[in-house]
Amino acid sequence: MDTLLLKYKTVKEAEVKVWFKAAPVSAFPKDGGACVKYKDLQIAVFNFSRLDKWYACQNLSPEKQEMVLSRGMLGDHKGIPKIACPLHKKTFSLETGENLNADLAPIAVYPIKIEAENVYIGFSE
Amino acid sequence: MKTIIVVGNGMVGYKFCEKFVAASVNEEFKVIVFGEEPRPAYDRVHLSEFFENQDAKALEMAPAEWYKENKIDLIVDERVSDIQRTTKTIITAKNRVFNYDYLVLATGSSAFVPPIKGVEKEGVFVYRTIEDLEGMLAYAANLKEKNPNARAAVLGGGLLGLEAGKAVMDMGLEPHIIEFAPKLMPRQLDARSSKVLQLKLESIGLNIHLSKATNQILGDDAITGMEFGEDDVLDVEILVVSAGIRPRDELGKTCGLEMGVRGGIVVDNKMKTSDENIFAIGEVALYNQMIYGLVAPGYDMAGVAVNQIIGNTEELMPAEIDMSTKLKLIGVDVASFGEPFMPVSKGHSVIFENKTQHLYKRINVSLDGKSLLGGILVGDASDYNMLHQVFLNGMAIPEDAAQLILPATEGGAFGSALDLPDEAQICSCENVSKGQICGAIKDGSCEDLAGVIASTKASTSCGGCKPMVTDLVNETLKSLGKTVKNVICEHFEYSRQELYGIIKAKKLTSFNEVLDAAGTGHGCETCKPLVSSIFASLYNDTPNKEDVTQDTNDKFLANIQRNGTYSVVPRIAGGELTPEDLIVLGQIGSKYNLYTKITGGARIDFFGAELNDLPAIWTELIDAGFESGHAYGKSLRTVKSCVGSTWCRYGLDESITFAIELENRYKGLRSPHKIKGGVSGCIRECAEARGKDFGIIAVEGGWNLYVGGNGGATPRHAQLLAEKIDNETVIKYLDRYLIYYIQTAAPLMRTAAWLDKLEGGIEQLKKVVIEDSLHIVEDLEKEMQFLVDAYECEWKQAIANEETKKRFHHFVNSDDRDDNLVFVPLRDQKMPELWKN
Repeated sequence: MDTLLLKYKTVKEAEVKVWFKAAPVSAFPKDGGACVKYKDLQIAVFNFSRLDKWYACQNLSPEKQEMVLSRGMLGDHKGIPKIACPLHKKTFSLETGENLNADLAPIAVYPIKIEAENVYIGFSE
Repeated sequence: MKTIIVVGNGMVGYKFCEKFVAASVNEEFKVIVFGEEPRPAYDRVHLSEFFENQDAKALEMAPAEWYKENKIDLIVDERVSDIQRTTKTIITAKNRVFNYDYLVLATGSSAFVPPIKGVEKEGVFVYRTIEDLEGMLAYAANLKEKNPNARAAVLGGGLLGLEAGKAVMDMGLEPHIIEFAPKLMPRQLDARSSKVLQLKLESIGLNIHLSKATNQILGDDAITGMEFGEDDVLDVEILVVSAGIRPRDELGKTCGLEMGVRGGIVVDNKMKTSDENIFAIGEVALYNQMIYGLVAPGYDMAGVAVNQIIGNTEELMPAEIDMSTKLKLIGVDVASFGEPFMPVSKGHSVIFENKTQHLYKRINVSLDGKSLLGGILVGDASDYNMLHQVFLNGMAIPEDAAQLILPATEGGAFGSALDLPDEAQICSCENVSKGQICGAIKDGSCEDLAGVIASTKASTSCGGCKPMVTDLVNETLKSLGKTVKNVICEHFEYSRQELYGIIKAKKLTSFNEVLDAAGTGHGCETCKPLVSSIFASLYNDTPNKEDVTQDTNDKFLANIQRNGTYSVVPRIAGGELTPEDLIVLGQIGSKYNLYTKITGGARIDFFGAELNDLPAIWTELIDAGFESGHAYGKSLRTVKSCVGSTWCRYGLDESITFAIELENRYKGLRSPHKIKGGVSGCIRECAEARGKDFGIIAVEGGWNLYVGGNGGATPRHAQLLAEKIDNETVIKYLDRYLIYYIQTAAPLMRTAAWLDKLEGGIEQLKKVVIEDSLHIVEDLEKEMQFLVDAYECEWKQAIANEETKKRFHHFVNSDDRDDNLVFVPLRDQKMPELWKN
């Protein structure tokens, strides 16, 4: 089943080949998340409005491999923006994908940009 | 590099490895450990827990990776069969040969099986390893199928025997304990304490037979009974032998080490055997002519052996070993320390006995009345740690020694735990002193209990000293002028109660307002739901108002389950519903292909609902007259009822009607933890009202009101708040009690724990709720009435609003569903596939 996890790899802004137009800004809750479908990937997108920043990461929880991260709660740990998995509250940095409260593998994070009130996620292929 | 071979991977063999790793001499020595069982070392002391969860992993001392990380070769499932002392080699049962420079024998002991005629029959087990337990479980399951009332005997009424008795009882067999001696736990208890313990054990269903010598085991191939005397036979179908231990000393014997007359490998105070290069530790070692069958001395021996081998030769085994023990046996505290049975010539005994409460306490005091020599505690061993310390350190005792064991007086007889000398050994398993515990706080290396436990290892083994370690840490923090404060998280420097006050006073209504007014940073999964819960308790805001700060279940108004799907529970107040209601529920369950189950709270639970389907399912439920059962919230769940005087021939009052009224009154009430109620129509208690956060039981003349039951992981009976009161008074007191709890409890603190922490306990609660000692009851009642009046069904809210409904789509840019979901069949229904990791 690890093949599912392998589908998700962090993309750096410089590697972006495709900017996928996900949905209008208004489709995403403020200070919350929603899930975007891109090909066979599920990407969690967060509007961290308190920071005036947007984040994207895999929707797949690496702990139990369920598609739930977009339904987690946003927050910060010592200033690092993070998402808490709704299943068992494992938390991940939205900047780097690093697991902040256990020793799980990092999650994949993706670049995101807002243009003309639309949300775009960057993919490398 | 020198090679150390450790034979035996039990608790003591493991402890040798752990202490060796701590010594950081890995570069100079290579360690190879052999275990004959198929798994790495596990906690044999807590073996009976295996029956509860059958999770061998949970008992592991350390996982196999731990050995790898620390460069120790762990070889399991391979027995060492011979030692060649001249060539310094060992040979295994698989005929492999290994060289050693130092050999450590930690082979432990095996269960002693007395040579009774017929003891080899099928169905006779010993109680020693996980494999023994697995064998027993399988045999018992088979027996139960043939005969649901099968009986089991345990031979031996010692520590382990009684544990085994509990184990067979848990397997659903009728338990019988057979003890040769005229008392239980003959090594630890005197006749009177044995009697008290016996009464207690009998009250929970164990049958105890004392002074019984078994002549033979009856049966053709399998056991059918035990014969004690000519006409004295007990029919049993399974027998667990727990009649003591014998050292596993055969390796020592065959290679010619000096042995004890009755077995055991002789060691000196360096743990050395008669061979300079061979050490023996734990239950195989005969030290001072004694085999020490406790884990603490075994751990000390492991430490001495490690030090001898790495060249730190100062630490020796003390001449006298403390054999004090405290344990919770089948839920009964039993402890004995020092000299439990003292000859009259040496001192006096002070005894407190209360058979109705199954309590017995005995202390032995020196002839001059100045020091404590030992004692026995049965039924309540909460004073054990302190008494044990007073004994170990030879501390002065009060002039009236009886104060030490009489039921608690104000402030207690002991004073502060800080009065102990620094050398006092607090954790005997890990040999940690009071000085080390307090020092870790004083020198700034640790800030709290968790830090002290991590750095000193205190209370990481049997855990018996944890209350004392906690006291020491808290007292030390206080003595340094630090307050022991429960702050919510890194974003709020307040307790829940304080933040509740701030939000109420400043009339804050959104999470961001609260954060800006009283916190720092951007919040987290701890403080967001907490603030939402306070809003709900103050204003009856439902989770729909600010769904991004709600815990996941509240956010989606359903409970997230193992695979990320949800369960849906409509309210069925008091558990009452019409056949028409049942038909609708059946149709909805069938239409959405939901797994269906009756919950423990007398409701119907639908599982496996996908996010996209939730609004449609709720719409159908609401159309049929149902509303949310709040199964997802930290809120009122159910008020369970029996059928009461409506139908029951014993019922004294209308428990159903009242349960429905109470459930409807408090539905939607948000609180620090979930709460449940119960209403029983008579003292037969079919609604289990005393296991609930609030419960009422009909008696002649009114209702008895109980509060603070349901301790979760620590089960608790509710306590009596008021007697023989009418319906109106029940509601009045309940309103006050519930709001008072909601305002003052810590996050996720159940009512049971809250009542424990409330200074003055139930008596204080009576003063506040009934006598109005704080002059707040009027406010409390008003606040509750406001919440009751402001109730709205949040499912109805959610489906009425297109904006709110948007959150129930798995994807924001597609109507597709989560294609990662896999269900598998289960008894004509379905369940999620097992977790992938």
